[in-house]
Amino acid sequence: MTVDLAHYLAVSGIIFGIGVAIALSKRNVVAVLMGIELMLNASNLAFLAFSRFSGAFQDGTEPLAGHTFVVFVLTVAAAEAAVALAMAVLIYRRRETVDLDRISVLRW
Amino acid sequence: MDSLGVVIAFYVLSAITIVSAASIFLLRNLVHAIVLLVVVFLGMAGLFLTLSADFIAVAQILIYAGAISVLFVFAVMLTPLASRDNGNSLYAGPGLLLGGAIAAIVVVTAFDVEWNQLTGVALEQRSFTDTIEVIGNQLLGPHVLAFEVASVLLLFALLGAIVLVTDPNNEDGAAAEEEAGKDTAVGGSE
Repeated sequence: MTVDLAHYLAVSGIIFGIGVAIALSKRNVVAVLMGIELMLNASNLAFLAFSRFSGAFQDGTEPLAGHTFVVFVLTVAAAEAAVALAMAVLIYRRRETVDLDRISVLRW
Repeated sequence: MDSLGVVIAFYVLSAITIVSAASIFLLRNLVHAIVLLVVVFLGMAGLFLTLSADFIAVAQILIYAGAISVLFVFAVMLTPLASRDNGNSLYAGPGLLLGGAIAAIVVVTAFDVEWNQLTGVALEQRSFTDTIEVIGNQLLGPHVLAFEVASVLLLFALLGAIVLVTDPNNEDGAAAEEEAGKDTAVGGSE
């Protein structure tokens, strides 16, 4: 019994799918952001799995490039979460709700 | 990755992560969902550890399980009059369908493709003892421009969050504090 790249990619894909489902179908802004964080995390797992298993690069030519990319993804995710949650609080202050169904000013 | 410990760890952590992520969708209380999100982040950190990514795993625990989850709790607590339920909108059906389709496609593709991957001895030789030094050299060497841009991004996110939540009618600190006290009083009486 071995674990290889395909197993990690499968877990990553499943988590990403759950994140998509949550982000598309939840009514609360905070829950939608949780779905987006799940998607980012799944992509991190895929990056690290490729970085561990891939034989595309000779040893030493691209050392831990996947890890480096994941560091940037973590940074962007943190920034995105901070700004998006601040926007949620702002919307709540204006409209006393964070339900996406009821934030419909821009609707046609 | 043939050693029994890694295999067992992979399956246990994957099960924990996937079940918790699915529970986020199913749970009806938003605060419970946030707790399960923390479980997902910790399970992910364990999966990163099985991939020999020690620095990323610790950063994941610090940033995601520590900081971002606290941000989520803040966002829920700062919206006391909003609904706390984790209900679905009208798009629940299409959303589930699309998410399931993406997951199925990725899983089938992952097991179907002949990946150019290292196995056995070559994989063992790939093992590295210290990722932090290599990541640091990468960040301050070839990727230094992206590193600086990331720092600017973080600064702007910080400023943006502060500017967004500052009440323009209420610049005075004492007045803001009073307002906050009133808000919590209202929240408590709810």
